[in-house]
Amino acid sequence: MTAKLPPGLKLQKVDERIMTLNVGPQHPGSGHMRLIVQVDGDFIVACDPDPGYVHRGEEKMAEYRNYLFNIPHLERPIIHDSCNILYPYVLAVEEIIGAEVPERAKYVRVIASELNRCVYILYWLGIYGIFLGHSTMFMWPMGDRELFIDLLEKLTGARVTHAYFIPGGVRNDLPANFEDVCLRQVNYFEKRIKEYADIFYNNPILIHRTENTGVLSREDAIRLGTTGSVLRASGVDFDLRTKEPYDAYEELNVNIPVLKEGDSYARSKIPWLDMFESCNIIREALEKMPKSGAVRTKLKPNPRGGDVTVYKRTESGRGSLGCYIVSKNKPEPYRLKLSVPSFRNLIALPYLLKGEKLGNMPAVYWSLNYWPVEADR
Amino acid sequence: MSILAPKFRLSYFLSSLTDNIFWIVVIFTLIGLPILFIVLFFVQLPVYESELINPFLTLSWIFHPELALPLLKAFLLTDMFRIIVFPGFGFAALIAASVIFIERKMLAKLQLRVGPFYCGKIEGILQLMADGLKLVSKEIIIPAKADKPIFIAAPLLFIGTAAAFVALIPVAPGWVVANIDLGLIAVFAVIGFFPIITVLSSWSANSKYPFIGGIRALFQMVSFEIPLILSLLGIVILTGTLNLSEIVESQANFPWIIFLPIGAIVFFVAMLAELERIPFDLPEAESEIVAGWLTELSGMMYGLVQLGSYLKLYAFAALFVVLFLGGWQGPVFFPPLEETLIHEGQTIGPITIQTPGLPIFSMEFFSGVIWFILKTAVVIFFILLPRGVFPRIRIDLLLDLGWTKLIGLSFVNIFIALALIYSGVFGPGGLL
Repeated sequence: MTAKLPPGLKLQKVDERIMTLNVGPQHPGSGHMRLIVQVDGDFIVACDPDPGYVHRGEEKMAEYRNYLFNIPHLERPIIHDSCNILYPYVLAVEEIIGAEVPERAKYVRVIASELNRCVYILYWLGIYGIFLGHSTMFMWPMGDRELFIDLLEKLTGARVTHAYFIPGGVRNDLPANFEDVCLRQVNYFEKRIKEYADIFYNNPILIHRTENTGVLSREDAIRLGTTGSVLRASGVDFDLRTKEPYDAYEELNVNIPVLKEGDSYARSKIPWLDMFESCNIIREALEKMPKSGAVRTKLKPNPRGGDVTVYKRTESGRGSLGCYIVSKNKPEPYRLKLSVPSFRNLIALPYLLKGEKLGNMPAVYWSLNYWPVEADR
Repeated sequence: MSILAPKFRLSYFLSSLTDNIFWIVVIFTLIGLPILFIVLFFVQLPVYESELINPFLTLSWIFHPELALPLLKAFLLTDMFRIIVFPGFGFAALIAASVIFIERKMLAKLQLRVGPFYCGKIEGILQLMADGLKLVSKEIIIPAKADKPIFIAAPLLFIGTAAAFVALIPVAPGWVVANIDLGLIAVFAVIGFFPIITVLSSWSANSKYPFIGGIRALFQMVSFEIPLILSLLGIVILTGTLNLSEIVESQANFPWIIFLPIGAIVFFVAMLAELERIPFDLPEAESEIVAGWLTELSGMMYGLVQLGSYLKLYAFAALFVVLFLGGWQGPVFFPPLEETLIHEGQTIGPITIQTPGLPIFSMEFFSGVIWFILKTAVVIFFILLPRGVFPRIRIDLLLDLGWTKLIGLSFVNIFIALALIYSGVFGPGGLL
């Protein structure tokens, strides 16, 4: 019998010591990807991540649509963080077509971006909880997410896929009474996420499971090119909101949380600390925002750029997200390249899993702040 | 409208119903009745109170219900009633079903959601029935390379072993299916079957994830059986008996949890591990090994294993109650029944049915059963609670806990029991 096996796997004999496990894509602990894991007893010998199951050709699609029509489909790779994935694209397009952004729109963008970052982190945290078998930690963040989803629905009109940022500002102004509602929700939310420490982060079993597992040293984190929470958990103080501030972040105080341990526990804690910082940024932005004014500049109907190449990057929920656009004097980009943080963080996975126990696989894998759909684009 | 769900029409529904009824009647008359007559021709029917018990008597019971009462009374006194209905399988399955429902509702409240809500109008009480129907109607898929006889037999063996465990639990004075002098040893013998069945099921599936799950289950159950047994040695030393009913009777004044709290804690933790519940649900760790040793089970095979594991949960909780919380012992709060009702019977109602006396259902029986169920419910609550609070533990931490900490604590427990005897707390002049 010659069964046709999927690539990367081969038939094994019974007496072979090393067993190959095909984790995914139809596995509750893999996401839309496949990990080929070789185990010797309970220890992982090698791990070969195999992404690409949800590749949708977003970059190629972008070459056939003009700069405005690209907005809704470019946020599809990660709909939970849709404002942040559009941010570098919008900044790059503004530079190509030469649009000015009003001062008020810059602050509105920061508020929407930080709200969306919290929404994304809560989703990620819920899945981290269920990966470790903690079902309450799955339900609580999913429930608290509704607070900010409702806010974003008021602001943008859509619950998840906002398509809110456009070149030259944002789509519409804040609704009436938005500042008060937002401030109240943010204050309540900050109280609520403090409770996560009691049930999750101070839980002795969780600390046992995640501490000293998958340790990524500072040098390795830089050498492998990781970004975002993974890099900051390894002790590198790198965040584009402070290092290369864009839009209104120049005028805001941003204190980025950094931990030194570099293990799964630190990597899981950084996004949680990030949420507190997001709350502070939202409060400060609401205070400093110009109380009136335009939120968008009028664009030409079909804006076309000159012969330029632009690279812009912003800090998304997972790390620095870059957008590279080559413009050839046409209404649509000649080439668009998204440099996504998920793919950069995935590179660290084979190094971290080597020599770990099989039980640590979900704890290490999901702590990398990795989103399979975004990595495939 | 979609193709898969055609429009519902009452006439189609009614005609399908009448079709079904027609075929049932036809099959019964053509096949069922001849078989019945052939059986009646060869089998000798029993005689009870100088009356021949035959199937056609049921027709006369429709008009004279009191004729059935002596037979019902006779059935209540048989061993078959004990095995099928009250202290045995039926009672335990009822408790297991209610535990599944309560677990889902309780966990939902803990996690700020509603839980089952729509099925059965009132708070989703019929959700379990819907789930059961779904499992029954599903196709049973057996892997191509599986060892079929063992793979099919494993869920049945599992539920059978769980039922055997239930049979050893005394619920009220004299109400136990199997009253064995070496009851505690019998309990350990029955528990010893679970890892074997788990490994058989996982190995015969011939698949990688069930195999890893089975090996994990074997590790876990074998390493936690030792503290489980050792933690009960203290009680055996103090009571000097292995009979579960006698252990309950020895707790008339004090439950053993007062004197042996460390033993109770060790037993409880080891019990959680034996039951494969969170935080010790490694054999079914979803994000690592799909569903562990249950991965290849489908349809009602999975349902049987789930029912078996909840029966096991009830049996362990009941064992904890029997050993540490004094079983059915407790103050009688049930209003006393009339003596004549219990011993001689009574005439009831306008049709005047003479009920026979049932001395087995005495005062202490009702009070004992209520106390037993209350205590079991409390223990089950504490078994369910960690599911909402803890994440899953890792296998090396689990084995470390089982082999070092729990075994050490259970030895401390034994020394406490010996100290209680030598210091004269128990024995002549002591408390008991």
